[in-house]
Amino acid sequence: MTHRKTAALLSIIPGMGQFYNKQFVKGFAFLFLAICYFIAFLDFLNIGLWGIVTLGTEVPRDHSIFLLVNGVISILVVGIGLGFYYFNIYDAFQNGKKRDHGVKLNTLKEQYHNVVDKGFPYLMVGPGFLLLIFVVIFPIIFMLLLAFTNYNLYNSPPAKLVDWVGFKNFIEIFSLEIWRETFISVFAWTIIWTFTATTLQVSVGIFLAVVLNQKEIKFKGIIRTLLILPWAVPAFVSILIFSGLFNDTFGAINQSILAPLGIDSIPWMTDPFYTKVALIFIQSWLGFPFIMAMTTGVLQSIPGELYEAATVDGASNWDKFRKITLPMVLFTTAPILITQYTFNFNNFNVIYLFNNGGPAVADQNAGGTDILISWIYNLTMTSAQYSKAAAVTVLLSLIIVSLALWQFRKTKSFKDEGMI
Amino acid sequence: MSIKTARRIRLTLSYLVLLSAIAIVVYPILWVIGSSFNPGNTLSSSTIIPQNATLAHYKELFAETDYLIWYWNTLKICFITMVLSVIFIGLTAYAFSRYKFIGRKNGLLLFLILQMIPQFVAILAIYILAYQVGLLDTHFALILVYVGGLIPMNTYLAKNYYDTIPKELDESARIDGAGHFRIFWQIILPLSKPILAVIALFSFISPFADFILASILISSDEKMTLAVGLFNMIKNEFGNSFTLFAAGSVLVAIPIGLLFLSLQRYFISGLTAGGTKG
Repeated sequence: MTHRKTAALLSIIPGMGQFYNKQFVKGFAFLFLAICYFIAFLDFLNIGLWGIVTLGTEVPRDHSIFLLVNGVISILVVGIGLGFYYFNIYDAFQNGKKRDHGVKLNTLKEQYHNVVDKGFPYLMVGPGFLLLIFVVIFPIIFMLLLAFTNYNLYNSPPAKLVDWVGFKNFIEIFSLEIWRETFISVFAWTIIWTFTATTLQVSVGIFLAVVLNQKEIKFKGIIRTLLILPWAVPAFVSILIFSGLFNDTFGAINQSILAPLGIDSIPWMTDPFYTKVALIFIQSWLGFPFIMAMTTGVLQSIPGELYEAATVDGASNWDKFRKITLPMVLFTTAPILITQYTFNFNNFNVIYLFNNGGPAVADQNAGGTDILISWIYNLTMTSAQYSKAAAVTVLLSLIIVSLALWQFRKTKSFKDEGMI
Repeated sequence: MSIKTARRIRLTLSYLVLLSAIAIVVYPILWVIGSSFNPGNTLSSSTIIPQNATLAHYKELFAETDYLIWYWNTLKICFITMVLSVIFIGLTAYAFSRYKFIGRKNGLLLFLILQMIPQFVAILAIYILAYQVGLLDTHFALILVYVGGLIPMNTYLAKNYYDTIPKELDESARIDGAGHFRIFWQIILPLSKPILAVIALFSFISPFADFILASILISSDEKMTLAVGLFNMIKNEFGNSFTLFAAGSVLVAIPIGLLFLSLQRYFISGLTAGGTKG
């Protein structure tokens, strides 16, 4: 039997393979870590893994949701342990292989340097990644699992146990009429909202930048500063101000602007259609300054000769805008424009702070202007439909992840030439 | 129509467009400033030019509400989040930019996906976790959640920037005997100050603008942040304390707006850097 196989086999008990390779310090380290791991986590893992399978068997002793939390953490801990275990076998195997080939093994000092060298990137990534696991990844896994349970207002601990129900939530979203219709209408509005609001804010931004940057315009600096104000004022403040301005009975829009013009009060907050109009207006107001500022930068970098040449060829201003300015602007800012669309797809603040996703609509369990993300929030926080909310979250994430993967195929960040 | 007339028409139209844009932009801001000096309490009495202007609401804000405490909380949370994020992100991005290690590619892919899923879709889980570890209603939990949420996207920003720093610099330093950390500290860090400044700005502003996480994790009045406090002020008894809310928002909007205007070119450079080189 070769050294590598013997060492790897012995490593089934962590450290033994290293002892076999006569790397005693390393072997002790592995053994010690393994023993610590079992002493520290054995009970926790035992309960955690039992809990995530059964979600509890006895009321009120078992609290299903806490068991689920512990279960997810157990799985993460097991994952880390398996990674360590794999590394232990891999290390023994590699050193065994060296012995098979008659290569001298690293001395303790070399091993130390090796660990520092190879371990450095992990040391750098480690702290941030650990935090990420607990505050971002763990919650997402938890929601994913929750989508397959029956956790809701009527079925919640400590009074009752929660159970695994498979794909029931997803099936219900598409088969029960009220859920299906709500989902379809919310999803449709999310798409319409994303496209109209973003496209409008982008067009207004580009248009104003072009108008402002004509060379004859005076006071450019002051005008630009004034127009950039909506970006400078924290958005939550502006949105709350707008919810006062658009108030049906007392708001300044109905009282001081429309009334003198002889227009009757418009039900901005109580009619879904007008709320949608108001929301798109507000988002354009909030979003155009950034596009304008960015476009200004691009405009200043377009060489003047291009326009001069076009003038010589007898191009009109409109031609110049259509054939030179617009393509240049769109080409250079395309990636940012895409992020504007994804931002609005999940723009919770404007929907929720303005009118709570409302007004309420008959025959569906979402407000008239709820987008997917605010619907999820309301399902969780208001109607306590936890598992349904989780299922919608999973659907939303699937949409987003497929977009991300599609974008991923086109990026260069993943190539790793020239690295240590 | 002569060229001169055409030009005059174009300019007049341009000024008209700009003026109406300014009017639309400035109106809500002036209106809220006006409201904050209005003597009444309600929305209906709010006008853009107050009669009998009064400072009463500002006094009330300081004397009878927790406004100053919210302000302090918010600044504290934003500042700590900023410092921690810059440290975590600076280090993580350095490893991703300069080292080839097992898990690098998957890590980058994970970050790409995570930056697109808004953190608060999992608020319920975050809430339960905070409850279980006994950190509910603490600023500490809020800060951890903010920092974690900032890592994926900003790591990309920083990594893309590090990638533009020539690798020859590290290599020659390594030949001269500099260790890993020394190269980071003495070569990469000084050269990447601009992007770290941008990340610091982002990580200061995003907790400031957050409403949802703060509203879920914080429950006691004296621990609230400005966003939650102002929201409660306007929604609890709508219309009855509107002018108070107006005064509160003016005091938020002016300093933050000024800070922003003085730093806006960094914002633009940061956002463009993040978008174009992905």
